[in-house]
Amino acid sequence: MLKDITLGQYFPGDSPVHRMDPRMKLILTIAYIVGVFLVSDLLGYALALAFLYLVVRVAGLPFGYLVRGVKPLRFILVFTFLLNLFFFPGTTPILSLGFFTLTREALQKAVFFALRLVFLVMGTSVLTLTTSPMQLTDGLERLMRPLTRFHFPAHELAMMMTIALRFIPLLLEETDKIQKAQMARGADFESGNLLMRAKAMVPLLVPLFVSAFRRANDLAMAMEARCYRGGEHRTRLRELKYTRLDALAAAATACFLLVIFAEGRFLG
Amino acid sequence: MPIVVEDLSYVYMSGGPYETQALHNVSLTIEDGEFVGLIGHTGSGKSTLVQHLNGLLSPTSGRVLVDGLDVADKATDRRAIRRKVGLVFQYPENQLFEETVEKDVAFGPRNLGLSDEEIDRRVRDALRRVALSYDELHARSVFELSGGQMRRVAIAGVLAMEPRVLVLDEPCAGLDPRGREEILSLIRALHAEAGTTIVMVSHSMDDVASLAERVIVMNQGRVAMDGSPREVFSQGEALRAIGLDVPQAVELADRLRERGLAVPQGLYRPEEIAAFVRGLAGKGDADA
Repeated sequence: MLKDITLGQYFPGDSPVHRMDPRMKLILTIAYIVGVFLVSDLLGYALALAFLYLVVRVAGLPFGYLVRGVKPLRFILVFTFLLNLFFFPGTTPILSLGFFTLTREALQKAVFFALRLVFLVMGTSVLTLTTSPMQLTDGLERLMRPLTRFHFPAHELAMMMTIALRFIPLLLEETDKIQKAQMARGADFESGNLLMRAKAMVPLLVPLFVSAFRRANDLAMAMEARCYRGGEHRTRLRELKYTRLDALAAAATACFLLVIFAEGRFLG
Repeated sequence: MPIVVEDLSYVYMSGGPYETQALHNVSLTIEDGEFVGLIGHTGSGKSTLVQHLNGLLSPTSGRVLVDGLDVADKATDRRAIRRKVGLVFQYPENQLFEETVEKDVAFGPRNLGLSDEEIDRRVRDALRRVALSYDELHARSVFELSGGQMRRVAIAGVLAMEPRVLVLDEPCAGLDPRGREEILSLIRALHAEAGTTIVMVSHSMDDVASLAERVIVMNQGRVAMDGSPREVFSQGEALRAIGLDVPQAVELADRLRERGLAVPQGLYRPEEIAAFVRGLAGKGDADA
């Protein structure tokens, strides 16, 4: 179960999308999501899908990988779909079952809302799959740097993100190991009612917390031993630089946004 | 009850960009009462192999039979398998979680659904086997103990399941020489007194040489050698070729041979080589 998590996973490669500046990727991802939220009809979603597909092809990612990333969201998707379906006030009934009336507007709203969520997840997946966590946090830090003037802790936030991302695979591995060790002692994590399952987590969570705290402590010591004292005056090994590739990508995304906008204005 | 591994292959993260095959067509049989040393460098597939022995991992292809039962079969009761085959992981002290030593050791037997008297008997027995005093430690918190004691409590936690086969993954990793000696002697006693079948994964050739009756060498997910320590350790060149060491006694014998001494083949224990050297010295005295 643990190995199915693709969230935040990096898919190594050397495509133009991989080589782009992480800052540009972050900005363009946000732009793409804004574009998706401007869409208000099926043709628009088709365009959004086409653009996403193009990017995925250029990045050399298997499209199935992106779809798999949506899988953990299926409950939220179904939930929001049903919620919109039942509670969105509409005026054009198409089906009537006792006290419940299905309206055209509600159906449309439900479908579009679910689609938006799917595009949101897939769009950000492209970002995380093509950008290594280090690059991503580097990009974030640089983008947030202007905010430091207002005492916004940009560096600290980026460092916390780097560490958290670094620790996710470690903790997953640790969880897997402890889980197996307890299973070897006859522990059962898979059957029983909710209360029994919650109780069964204790032998897993206690050692996990113990080791997480120990790791955090060790890391803090190791960082201090290397004179870490925040981001002041720190120079970088790899300076981020915008290239022609980034300009090209920005132009492509701008075109996409224009098309979406025009489509919504004149055809929608 | 032998453990039969038939044509076992295992692939991690299958289908993704990080797909790796950890085991390639491994076949072997572990007989009752054997003491098997499993050696190989990091990433050779040792740990993956031992996790198949009690059904924690299911083969990608091939079969693992314990007592004739297929461990991957859905109809097989995995808990029954885990009761027969105990597995002590690397750094087992990381799995301790209970408030007291007694409760932690009792975790396994309690999962087996045994009576309170039986659990109590097993806890006392398991602590005795790892040479810890029940009276002194049973009410202490596991987190107050020393590293060596924590490890022994963790091993006791597996012993309390009273498995007939005990698999230990690097039981001495990270211990000081004294802690190491203590763990090794308790493993030796388990094998000698209780007749428990032992599979010990180790990096240390000397530990394996001093304890095992059979040595299996893994390399790149395959069984590279399988035989008595005498057979395996006499192939020093082959072992070095796959990045492993030989026991110090074998190293010494090889060096003496390079100097032109007629050291007999197949000596791998410190006592044996010591006896040979003593013999030489005796002869030297007689000549003089």
